[in-house]
Amino acid sequence: MKIVREALAGTLESSDLMVKIAPAGDGLEVVIHSEVIKQFGDQIRQVVHSTLRDMQVHQGLIIIEDKGALDCVIRARLQSAILRAAPDAEIDWGKLL
Amino acid sequence: MRKLRRSMLFLPGANAAMLSTAFIYRPDSIMFDLEDAVALREKDTARLLVFHALQHPMYQDIETVVRINPLNTPFGLPDLEAVVRAGVDVVRLPKTDTPEDIYELERHLERIELACGREVGSTRVMAAIESAIGVINAVAIARSSQRLIGIALAAFDYVMDMQTERGDGTELFYARCAVLHAARAAGIDAFDVVWSDVNDEAGFLREVELIRKMGFNGKSLINPRQIDLLHNAYAPTQQEVDHAQRVIEAAEEGERNGLGVVSLNGKMIDAPIINHALMVLERAAASGVRR
Repeated sequence: MKIVREALAGTLESSDLMVKIAPAGDGLEVVIHSEVIKQFGDQIRQVVHSTLRDMQVHQGLIIIEDKGALDCVIRARLQSAILRAAPDAEIDWGKLL
Repeated sequence: MRKLRRSMLFLPGANAAMLSTAFIYRPDSIMFDLEDAVALREKDTARLLVFHALQHPMYQDIETVVRINPLNTPFGLPDLEAVVRAGVDVVRLPKTDTPEDIYELERHLERIELACGREVGSTRVMAAIESAIGVINAVAIARSSQRLIGIALAAFDYVMDMQTERGDGTELFYARCAVLHAARAAGIDAFDVVWSDVNDEAGFLREVELIRKMGFNGKSLINPRQIDLLHNAYAPTQQEVDHAQRVIEAAEEGERNGLGVVSLNGKMIDAPIINHALMVLERAAASGVRR
């Protein structure tokens, strides 16, 4: 999925996260800030990168401000931001499962 | 045994914190809301949050309901595509005015179930009645589908349609009676309206007492604080539990002795009395005796 515009999803409330996405010319840059990075950093990175991989996002700048969100919330907010940043397309729910 | 549905807790679909914690309050059913509690610009992300929450292990042991947007809006069908694939137990259709609204929902459900490999008919439905025409058609709506587990009265839109406002319940008198009778005639559950002032416990309990005596299965709730109050109000008294146990014991003894009819303290015990006793014991098992 191609990132063609800037987009936001989520909030900075506890148990949520804010995802900011912008197009980038070369490659994929992911920046993660989290209140629980010491305890759950590896898991958060794993969820973020697998979500990006599943949605075939290979280029763009992604900045995540995590406030202790569950994996399912991270995945949902990241997918929302990607879909908002990508050209209009039908969602294949089967691929988002 | 029938599913106990006294409390149905509304959760705004876009609220990540509530979606992450609400299961700990143990309502009988949790209702994720994609409709009125979600702003237009958050419909997409709320849909995805609910889509993933439904699949999370924290919601596997509790009945999940999703209130989708009306199917005549741009959001209704995408909601349905998402939640059916995510394995929701029940879809709540808002603003149900006619049986045709349910038929339309059924057609989409069947198509999506077939497309994603779910058993056809496995997604259940509840209809929310929110208008005068919906109340008039309540019997036809309640009988419109095998998928229906219940019908609910939704007060906010209904009182506006009736050109009145929420008050002491007088404004809902006919609608409550009509919805409840329709549900009972169709053999499905009936749910009462939300009580929106969470700080007015006395008012909430007065309303709960009224709808419990009327025969409603339960009530939609907007705050976890209301769950225990509701469950306690629906719990039987110790006296009722003791009597129910004696009824069941007498019925069992009659069955052992091959008697068609048995009596307790000179009163005949028949099927409705036994069923009522079973319901009393079921409620006692779920939330103890009334405090």
